[in-house]
Amino acid sequence: MYAALWRVLPGPWWVRLLIVLAILVVVLFALVTWVFPWVDSLLGPQEGTVGP
Amino acid sequence: MASEETPARRRGRPRRGLTVVGVLGELLITAGVLVLLFLGWQVWWNSLVLAGQQTSAAAQQSQKWVNDAMKAPKPAPDTATAQVAPPVLAKPAPYQPFAVLYVPRLGADWKRVIRQTVDTDRVLNSYTAGVGHYIDTQLPGQVGNFAVAGHDSGWGNTFIDLSKLRIGDRFYVQTQDGWYTYTFRNFEYVQPSAVGVLLPVPRQPAETPVERFMTITTCNPPFHAGERLIAYSVFQAFAPPQDVPSEIAAAVGQGG
Repeated sequence: MYAALWRVLPGPWWVRLLIVLAILVVVLFALVTWVFPWVDSLLGPQEGTVGP
Repeated sequence: MASEETPARRRGRPRRGLTVVGVLGELLITAGVLVLLFLGWQVWWNSLVLAGQQTSAAAQQSQKWVNDAMKAPKPAPDTATAQVAPPVLAKPAPYQPFAVLYVPRLGADWKRVIRQTVDTDRVLNSYTAGVGHYIDTQLPGQVGNFAVAGHDSGWGNTFIDLSKLRIGDRFYVQTQDGWYTYTFRNFEYVQPSAVGVLLPVPRQPAETPVERFMTITTCNPPFHAGERLIAYSVFQAFAPPQDVPSEIAAAVGQGG
């Protein structure tokens, strides 16, 4: 899968590397900004409160 | 003949296309990496970012009150008469930041804004708060119980070191009116349903309050939510807003 992606990318190896790094940065940003907080909210309360 | 062909076919890189097993394997590895990334984010990165922002927000709020008081100092309470009641705030509206809490035992720079209510999203997980006040409990300096809550681990690691408190440690609560000093007295480990810890006299529903208590509730153990750790303290002193307590004088305004 990832090998296929590498072959599909254009340009010499360093251009491909830059593209891959750029994709990784975008994916990580999306994970930290939206996906992880959303997953955390699904995991149930980790509150420090007492209540009925 | 077949044996002669084999070395020739092996020459050069084998070019395998997409196979079901190959794609499945790579997807599983990706899923594993994502889970590890999430754990790193939850335990380390998010808390680090949030703790920094919460400290910064508390430093700004704290410094503002001190600066305001420097321009127009408020009179010190009359210490000649032993029993002077400290001023008490009007009940803050929900989500309003009304105090800054300093606990030197949790770190020289440890400080958090206290907001009204213990709402998860708008107070406990907030980038500008971290500690919430149980809206039905009393306010700083008021006879009864000033009860607050914060996360133990995750979302800023607010009270992750709360169990390291020692008897006699100070809590400093700053409001626009001044500094309320509370002295840590004892811990209690309770079930999450133990709302009795919030009573005007904690755990004593029949008692009429005469003392001023402060109660902190947080999760226990770290990274689980099975129990609650409760830290009780008693009111000790009040000082006007320009008189920053000497123990935290260096920490006020730091980290802004």
